Amino acid sequence: MERLQQIIAAHASAEGPLLPILHDVQAEFGHVSEEAIRAIALALNLSRAEVHGVVSFYHDFHAEPDARPVLKLCRAEACQARGVEALAAGLPENPRVKVETVYCLGLCSVGPNAMVGSKVHARLDAAKLGALVEALA
Amino acid sequence: MTGGVTIIRISDDALALACGADEVAAAFEAAGCTVERVSSWGMQWLEPLAEIDGLGFGPLEPGDVAAVLAGTSGKAIGRIEDHPFIAKQQRFTFARAGKTRPLSLEDYAANGGWQGLAKAREIGPEATIAQVTESGLRGRGGAGFPAGIKWTTVAKAQADRKYIVCNADEGDSATFADRMVMEGDPFMLVEGMAIAAHAVGAHKGYVYIRSEYPHAIAKMQAAVRASADLVAPFELEVRVGAGAYVCGEETSLLNSLEGKRGEVRAKPPLPALEGLFGKPTVVNNVLTLAAVPWIMANGAAAYAAVGFGRSKGTMPIQIAGNVKHGGLFEVGFGVTLGELVMTVGGGTASGRPVRAVQVGGPLGAYHAPSDFHLPFDYEAFAAADGLIGHAGITVFDDTADMSRQARFAMEFCAAESCGKCTPCRIGSTRGVELIDRIRARSGRGPDKVEALPQMHNARKVERSLADEIVLLEDLCETMKFGSLCALGGFTPYPVLSALRNFPEDFGAVPAKEAAE
Repeated sequence: MERLQQIIAAHASAEGPLLPILHDVQAEFGHVSEEAIRAIALALNLSRAEVHGVVSFYHDFHAEPDARPVLKLCRAEACQARGVEALAAGLPENPRVKVETVYCLGLCSVGPNAMVGSKVHARLDAAKLGALVEALA
Repeated sequence: MTGGVTIIRISDDALALACGADEVAAAFEAAGCTVERVSSWGMQWLEPLAEIDGLGFGPLEPGDVAAVLAGTSGKAIGRIEDHPFIAKQQRFTFARAGKTRPLSLEDYAANGGWQGLAKAREIGPEATIAQVTESGLRGRGGAGFPAGIKWTTVAKAQADRKYIVCNADEGDSATFADRMVMEGDPFMLVEGMAIAAHAVGAHKGYVYIRSEYPHAIAKMQAAVRASADLVAPFELEVRVGAGAYVCGEETSLLNSLEGKRGEVRAKPPLPALEGLFGKPTVVNNVLTLAAVPWIMANGAAAYAAVGFGRSKGTMPIQIAGNVKHGGLFEVGFGVTLGELVMTVGGGTASGRPVRAVQVGGPLGAYHAPSDFHLPFDYEAFAAADGLIGHAGITVFDDTADMSRQARFAMEFCAAESCGKCTPCRIGSTRGVELIDRIRARSGRGPDKVEALPQMHNARKVERSLADEIVLLEDLCETMKFGSLCALGGFTPYPVLSALRNFPEDFGAVPAKEAAE
């Protein structure tokens, strides 16, 4: 709770501070809890509904914690043209890794592409993608 | 070679890193070389590309290092500047690409940096706007609105505060030029924004970068810090998006910056008059702002001398998808689509025939090779029921299923719709269902509600495949003209172009067979 207040205070002087606060909360706690929404709403003089509306609008913010490591797999057109759909269909389920769909990592001539944390991986085939998932599990 | 130590130049942009540039750089260092990390040349099929005294080697793996240093590597491509992919280009915005260290103020200043800003300060705001207007520079985000007119509107608006907002929410598939500017030459964007601020009288600027670009975010933040004194009193701040494609739409982006849901605003009021926090705001794409320093330093006439029709200057075109030579190709408007795909791009990476080319990202039309004569120009593409957008080109080979691509366009719109207007929010979901039925060739009888006796006007007979296609066209018409912004409004482009240019994928008898 103390950490939450520090995050809020750090952005107090910014114009439109809600997104930067939510980013930091998401990064720190892995999700934006009901409790966090309450505290942020109070600090920014917003209703809880307004903050909840923002949290639920953006794909990057999650209301529930999920401890699994995330692999973001690009499935936009340029990666589709390079065969990502077959790759995704053939990827074995791994309950310990969350494979998220992302639309475009901006590496569109060397797909299929994936991102883990801020590390990007290009020219994936079934073996390389499988190894990435295995390494996370 | 200088002083016995070999200097190796390797890009540190996200694409090079994804292809293993760090590992290759480490191998060169282990072999006793000095490695300089520079921006990318944009020859992406050759990444990681190493440059030694102007000569290029790529795509390298750590195991290739010994052969490169011994001069026996089979991956030598000769002088990089003479490579046809580079030699054919006309690089204004990407003049420094491959040549400078992205975060070196020294490199930037030594290669023409800050000259545009100096010029703008010397000639004053009005003359600066006149230069931008005369250059014919149009918004590179997709709409192609003249930048000079937008700046004039903001400059004339009376307000206590004004803003410059850089739209770096580059969400379109097959586009990466914004990313390359921010990762390869971030000071150029800072300079462009400072010139805009000087011209319209703004005190504060925001760069709104999508969260899928962590490398661009880090470099822009570092560049903003390093150059703060040079652009003062103008203040710059980097803001990070949160994974919403629709925030690339300017009014939605403004809402997001204000800390709201990224919902589209109705226009008017124009952002130029009532933008961020209700104040006059210049919202320009990265490439628009990045073109400005060159225009100021070299003059509007030099920029306007290049181009085609009303599309002046150069366009950094991004060639991607299933293509042999993908990368960034900056050239004057007017180059034909076929030249870009076949000559520059070298056809498909898979070696199969090209079936379709999507131009302009997920909201752009699918063109058949019969459109290869089209010159790259805003008006020419509009006349062919397409658009240039942010100039991304995605190549598909003959294994592509175009009804599936049409379905994806609707699915993407449904996933990314902000939900404010009905045609986009509901239409996209109905579109997915409709295309699913067309793909299944299922036809459809009246549903329970339609069959009720009181539903006098509802259809009572079964819908054929042809009826469903008419319905899809009708839905696209509604979305195109009824949506608030380009997301719902332009989703019909990929859908209808797939339907018209590739009818055989939607169950229609190909024209050739029908004629027999």
